[in-house]
Amino acid sequence: MTIKILGGGCSKCKALEAATKEALAGLGVNAEIEHVTDFSQIAAYGVMSTPALVVDEKVVSYGKVLKPDEIVALLKTYYCT
Amino acid sequence: MQVHLMWTFVQNQILGMKWLNALTGNLLSMTGLDTETRIGGSVQFFLYDTIKITILLCFLIFLISYIQSYFPPERSKKILGNFHGIWANCIGALLGTVTPFCSCSSIPLFIGFTSAGLPLGVTFSFLISSPMVDLGSLLLLVSIFGVKVAVIYVVVGLIIAVAGGTIIEQLHMEPYVEDFIYKVGKVDIELPDLTQKDRFVYAKDQMFSTFRKVFPYILVGVGIGAVIHNWIPEEWVEAVLGGNNPFGVVLATLIGIPMYADIFGSIPIAEALLSKGALLGVVLSFMMAVTTLSLPSMIMLRKAVKPKLLALFVVICTVGIIAVGYFFNAIQPFII
Repeated sequence: MTIKILGGGCSKCKALEAATKEALAGLGVNAEIEHVTDFSQIAAYGVMSTPALVVDEKVVSYGKVLKPDEIVALLKTYYCT
Repeated sequence: MQVHLMWTFVQNQILGMKWLNALTGNLLSMTGLDTETRIGGSVQFFLYDTIKITILLCFLIFLISYIQSYFPPERSKKILGNFHGIWANCIGALLGTVTPFCSCSSIPLFIGFTSAGLPLGVTFSFLISSPMVDLGSLLLLVSIFGVKVAVIYVVVGLIIAVAGGTIIEQLHMEPYVEDFIYKVGKVDIELPDLTQKDRFVYAKDQMFSTFRKVFPYILVGVGIGAVIHNWIPEEWVEAVLGGNNPFGVVLATLIGIPMYADIFGSIPIAEALLSKGALLGVVLSFMMAVTTLSLPSMIMLRKAVKPKLLALFVVICTVGIIAVGYFFNAIQPFII
């Protein structure tokens, strides 16, 4: 599973990254989190409001800072393990 | 008559919170602080304005965020694709008022609009109106200056946005957009289905995060307002920003441009200056300049457009804001 955070490096993007780390730790999943700050790459995903969360190249959320339990729920619905 | 009385009540007591001013005044008198003195008056202004703006801010942000949850930029982009010519500029300016948007998202937004094939002028109509006029400013202006001023402010703001976008369109500025923006292909992403509960949670989260972000600006703004309100002699304000200085509007605009604050921080300063005899157009052009243009937003926009287009954008906004200031000065006797 590859996880990417899209965002220009503002405080909201860092908050989403921290929440994602927490969610992954809670699930016991060891996955790399990549922080994409390049605007042309961000736009290539069709995202116009940052921060966004991308799991396996699919945009699962954008424009808001998710809470760790919301990320856990998202990961579970998209990827029943 | 009945309607008029009811409206006066809403404007003075609910939106203007005159009762709160009386309450803070009475409470301060009970602690032995004379609100007729300069220090007492400053403390009263500071407390009253901080509480009033905080209440308005929380209520307004909640309401606005709820409405905004229906218009994410991804959706505004799709809506705009259905309009052409000047109509696209008008709809762009209107959507700018309801689309949630912070300066850190301006580049992805710019790229999204451009790669969807929207004309550059439409994107700029959106970018100008978005910070200049929003729903919050409308209600806040009603509370401070009354409904006529607020409605005219919003209308002239939208006119600047439409005119500015149209000028950029007519001057064919497309080559002055950074090349990488045209290289991004068009991508549409799915819009999530939000339930009413999701929208309420979104609005609540926005309210708290916005409050945390802008509260320091409110304190600074109200602090400056309190100083102006009680310590700066009326003659000074009148001489520099009142009817005696024909360049008051230009001065207020040029001072406001590099400053970065949002409308909640700039309004107490405007309110205090107006009560000290500054002209309406002077304080409104100051507020417009502070909210529309700022150094951080220009630095951000520079990443998407070349210096020539950035300069044109700044010039259009500046000229527009100065024109609005003189317009309000001219009509002030008729609307206040």
